[in-house]
Amino acid sequence: MIANLSPGLILILGGLLVPLVHGRARQVFMLALPVLGGLQLIGLEHGLHGQIGIFDYTLTFARVDKLSLIFGAIFLIASFYNTIYSLHENDVMEQVAAPVYAGAAIGAVFAGDLISLFIFWELTAISSVFLIWSRRTAKATSVGLRYLVIQVGSGVILLAGVILYANKTGSIAFNHIGLNDLASWLILIAFGIKAAFPFLHNWLQDAYPEATVTGTVVLSAFKTKLAVYALARGFPGTEMLIYVGIVMTAFPVFFAVIENDMRRVLAYSLNNQVGFMVAAIGVGTPLALNGAAAHAFVHIIYKSLLFMSMGAVLYRVGTIKASELGGLYRSMPITTVFCIIGAASISAFPLFSGFVAKSLELSAMAEEGYVFAWVVLVFASAGVLHHSGIKIPYFAFFAHDSGLRCKEAPPNMLIAMAIPAFLCIAIGVYPEPLYALLPFPVNYEPYTTSHVLSQLQLVLFSCLAFAVLWRTRVYPPEMRSTNLNTDWVYRKALPALVVWLMRVGSEVRRGALFRAQTRLDRFIMQVYRHHGPGGIMARTWLTGNSVLWVALLLGGYLLIYFLRRA
Amino acid sequence: MSDSQHQPDRQSSKPWFYRRAVIDSIFWGLVGLCAVLGLADLVYHRHTLFSFESFPGIYGIFGFISCVFIVFAGIGLRKLVMRDEDYYDR
Repeated sequence: MIANLSPGLILILGGLLVPLVHGRARQVFMLALPVLGGLQLIGLEHGLHGQIGIFDYTLTFARVDKLSLIFGAIFLIASFYNTIYSLHENDVMEQVAAPVYAGAAIGAVFAGDLISLFIFWELTAISSVFLIWSRRTAKATSVGLRYLVIQVGSGVILLAGVILYANKTGSIAFNHIGLNDLASWLILIAFGIKAAFPFLHNWLQDAYPEATVTGTVVLSAFKTKLAVYALARGFPGTEMLIYVGIVMTAFPVFFAVIENDMRRVLAYSLNNQVGFMVAAIGVGTPLALNGAAAHAFVHIIYKSLLFMSMGAVLYRVGTIKASELGGLYRSMPITTVFCIIGAASISAFPLFSGFVAKSLELSAMAEEGYVFAWVVLVFASAGVLHHSGIKIPYFAFFAHDSGLRCKEAPPNMLIAMAIPAFLCIAIGVYPEPLYALLPFPVNYEPYTTSHVLSQLQLVLFSCLAFAVLWRTRVYPPEMRSTNLNTDWVYRKALPALVVWLMRVGSEVRRGALFRAQTRLDRFIMQVYRHHGPGGIMARTWLTGNSVLWVALLLGGYLLIYFLRRA
Repeated sequence: MSDSQHQPDRQSSKPWFYRRAVIDSIFWGLVGLCAVLGLADLVYHRHTLFSFESFPGIYGIFGFISCVFIVFAGIGLRKLVMRDEDYYDR
């Protein structure tokens, strides 16, 4: 191991070498990458390492502190079980893209300056699009292009912000930025696109469900949480983020309820969960930032688990539409259990990981007196239980028996799901090791009677509401459909506007051409009238007439000459 | 759940989750559990940060109403945003 090398570089360089290894050795090599990265991470010493001077600036490739370590650690853990999950695949494009993408995210987390952050930021965009294109469908190709434009756009905005920031401050160090000028706004918007802020969010629901079975699992782990890290580093305590965060938590729940594609439901749920973290970063107290980091950590685990279970269903059944699923608990009992563990965790049931992490955020919000924001977060907690906690497992594995019968998920998928499932329960039951990893010292006890009682009431009454609505057939049936969202603007409205402008432009051009043609015709007719065979200019002129004209011209010339001289 | 209610003679041949007795047990078990949790607030005084939290069963009431609201709002939202599955492919 090279002392204090960023673990991200191990995954990036290793990922690029994957095509050179074949067969079983490739699988071992791919599994070894996150393990080596993990060993490297354990050996890292706090401080700034891997510094390179370029012009007047210093790039720092390994800034090691508790904030970068916890995000780096969970990214490596996710990369490890994601690799196991995809061992049955033999698509070299995906096998290269997955570790490079994970490595880029880890590299960005350890980047101590804004330039190297930008480099890794763009690398996450470029590497991850191949996880979508690996599906090799026309739809995936166009979705991937849309995704790439937005992600690279985020990087370009970041670069513009960094240049302005460096000009103003004379430094590129990536520390607290705060929201105070155009540079910081640009950087915040770049982070916001990746975090899927409201109205900047729809790339997430557009792209993630269109990736491959394994690609979606990989995609879900890194990008938005990298943005959460970047916000926690650059904009803690920016009050506006509280309100951005609560909107993020609340509005996706309505779309998730009516969404038919289960992986898209999870994408909405991802949006909702990141909202909790953004809101907590907006509060900015040590307890709140601990909450955001803890939530990101456990969220990656249970969200991977949920995406994995839905990926296993898609892999076995060939569809992930709720309207066509149901009753799969008989065919895929182990996957069902894993999915329920993920669902219980995201719903923050006591003894599951979501409970011990989300509690930190809600307590921080309440302690700082943000009553309205706190109420919205509690509402969103009920909402996430509704669509991720109940809808996902219920419609896939229970509900109406769809008649679909299939084999249980492949062994590698089951092993991969077992790891996050174990972590969901282990962290929920014994949160102290997670708390020890958090950026600030923790003095928090999640398992008080009051807290457990409140949370159990919230989740079980929410379950009861679902049961009553389902029993009384009020609950809307799942339907094959497309639900419009902000992507309608650039997928329908803007193209329609362009078509309209082209049509109008074409008509204007045609009209202008017609007018020009008419005038030209008229001019030619005039010329023809005067110079044509019957025109006045075509007549035969007598020599005497010509002499007269010449004399007149000369006379005129002389007169002018005389007047000028006079 | 409720589709099983129309075919009582076939109940025993159905998979366990689709038998009416099982579904009813789960439902009424959930109702009982919620009742116990709601009543627990009457005997145990919870430590709260906001005064409105001390209202008995407030979390349960809030969770129930929130979920019902989300579903009805979702039904309304469908009217506004739902299109055919191939809407973007046309």
